[in-house]
Amino acid sequence: MFSLKIWKVLTSPMGENNPITVQILGICSALAVTAKLKPAIVMALSVMIVTAFSNLIISVMRNSIPSRVRIIVQLVVIAALVIVVDQILKAYVYDVSKQLSVFVGLIITNCILMGRLEAFAMANKPWPSFVDGIGNGIGYGVILVILGVFREIFGAGTLLGYRIIPDAWYIKNGGFYENNGLVLLPPMALLCVGIIIWVVNARKKKA
Amino acid sequence: MKVLRRYIDRIKPGFEKGGKFEKLHSTFDAFETFLFVPNTVTRSGSHIRDVNDMKRTMTVVVIALIPALLFGMFNVGLQHFRAAGEVAMDAPCTWSLIWQAFWYGFLRVLPIVIVSYVTGLGIEFIFAQIRGHEVNEGFLVSGMLIPLVMPVDVPLWMVAAATAFAVILGKEVFGGTGMNAFNPALLARAFVFFAYTPHISGDKVWVDGMTKGAGIIDSFSGATPLTDATNAVVEKASSLMWSNGTGPWDWFVGTIPGSIGETSKIAILLGAVILLWTGVANWRIMLSVVLGGLGMGLVFNLIGADAYMEMPAYYHLLMGGFLFGAVFMATDPVTASQTNTGKWIYGALIGAIAVLTRVVNPGYPEGMMLSILFMNALVPLIDHYVVQVSIRRRNKRLTLTITE
Repeated sequence: MFSLKIWKVLTSPMGENNPITVQILGICSALAVTAKLKPAIVMALSVMIVTAFSNLIISVMRNSIPSRVRIIVQLVVIAALVIVVDQILKAYVYDVSKQLSVFVGLIITNCILMGRLEAFAMANKPWPSFVDGIGNGIGYGVILVILGVFREIFGAGTLLGYRIIPDAWYIKNGGFYENNGLVLLPPMALLCVGIIIWVVNARKKKA
Repeated sequence: MKVLRRYIDRIKPGFEKGGKFEKLHSTFDAFETFLFVPNTVTRSGSHIRDVNDMKRTMTVVVIALIPALLFGMFNVGLQHFRAAGEVAMDAPCTWSLIWQAFWYGFLRVLPIVIVSYVTGLGIEFIFAQIRGHEVNEGFLVSGMLIPLVMPVDVPLWMVAAATAFAVILGKEVFGGTGMNAFNPALLARAFVFFAYTPHISGDKVWVDGMTKGAGIIDSFSGATPLTDATNAVVEKASSLMWSNGTGPWDWFVGTIPGSIGETSKIAILLGAVILLWTGVANWRIMLSVVLGGLGMGLVFNLIGADAYMEMPAYYHLLMGGFLFGAVFMATDPVTASQTNTGKWIYGALIGAIAVLTRVVNPGYPEGMMLSILFMNALVPLIDHYVVQVSIRRRNKRLTLTITE
């Protein structure tokens, strides 16, 4: 079940084959939902679940899908899963679902999903495909969490809603500190992704 | 002098390859070439033989900035005294007042300059060590421009954060001096503008001590002409009213609230003369920026939908940082257009977009910063098409001669 090969399939998207920093996929949602950590985590979990199960389903069906209509079949599977996830979010974490708004629906167009289906699930057995989906979901989620932590601490001074930077530090309370409004804007998130890619590439070159 | 030279020659082997301090070679090299003219010359590629090197070019720009810096220091003090009611608005300009105001402003501005230089040069040195290339002089100018485009009340750590942002993400990621796509000093200002908006906009931050509010007389307003004009548009006023009874002449002299270096148009023009006389800056860019701004102002005069649009077009040149941007920012040889035709397009669009942003968008009272950064981004496109058009024209000429 957990052979060396499966282990590689699971871990490679977290490091040397990360969907965001190496494949440069799924950037759009990574910029949009990471202003706070909580929506970032929920988004990462949603994408992981959808990727894993769509990988699994497509992999099961892979031999009976006519190749000319495969994209449409893939989209139907993804869309069905996204609707399920969306409904669950609305039922149990309504406020986060409100914050994520359209971006849950846009998981359908997230390039990571189509990329994994085309590149992996169409050519591999169900179990490795499922693991691959989990791995890519985690690889995506790691970057989202890093961005979410950075942006929430510097943009709002909180983490998951808890105050990190003391109130007394703020200028309005007689201190010296001020929240960085730029960090909350998507352009800064793009710059942060760029910096992460820079660091990853620099380390890769050395190794 | 001789003693210094001998000392440097004595410690030099330690920094060469295989020496004790090999890793610090670029730091040593930076100081050596800063003190003495280096005896290395360009050997490869096509180049023009000239005594001018990057160090000298940068030094000229810093010298051209000194009038604006000195006047900025004086004005910081003057505005503070006026706001505190210690000096009346129409008080005569005596030597003792000038000296006092200058000294006050000197003590307020110097920390900003030091913070900007220490942060920026620190990062430059670190990157030079890591990459093993020599320290470049580009930051000598940026480090002086950054304080001049900041309001005097800006907290020092924000200056440091903005400088670090501009140097790392504006310059080092592109490969250092000469490779940057955007003007680093303006990036620093844009960083403060978007990250800490209340500290670089409004009608309080431009005068020292006004944000704290204590000891400010009621009749004084810290609003810049741009703030006045934008407020008039927001309130739908029928005519523009200028704070503290200032007028175009005061804007020209520079005794108004504003960013440290931008207020005095006389000092900026003095800098422009130095830049043009030494040939460091390009006159086409300066002229086209001014013409672009004037032209856009005249277009707005024709539309005349509100009081701001009806304002005489030449006021735009005297308000805010328009002239400062045209002389010191737009002419940056790295980020400006390289072709002559491109320079005209680039400059004219900077002026036009700056005035457009000012008049139409009350959210950004000063459009100069954003318009220069925007045009910096378009420079490669402009240059590409200018070159393509030129190639096509020559090609046409070529085919014609063949058919004849």
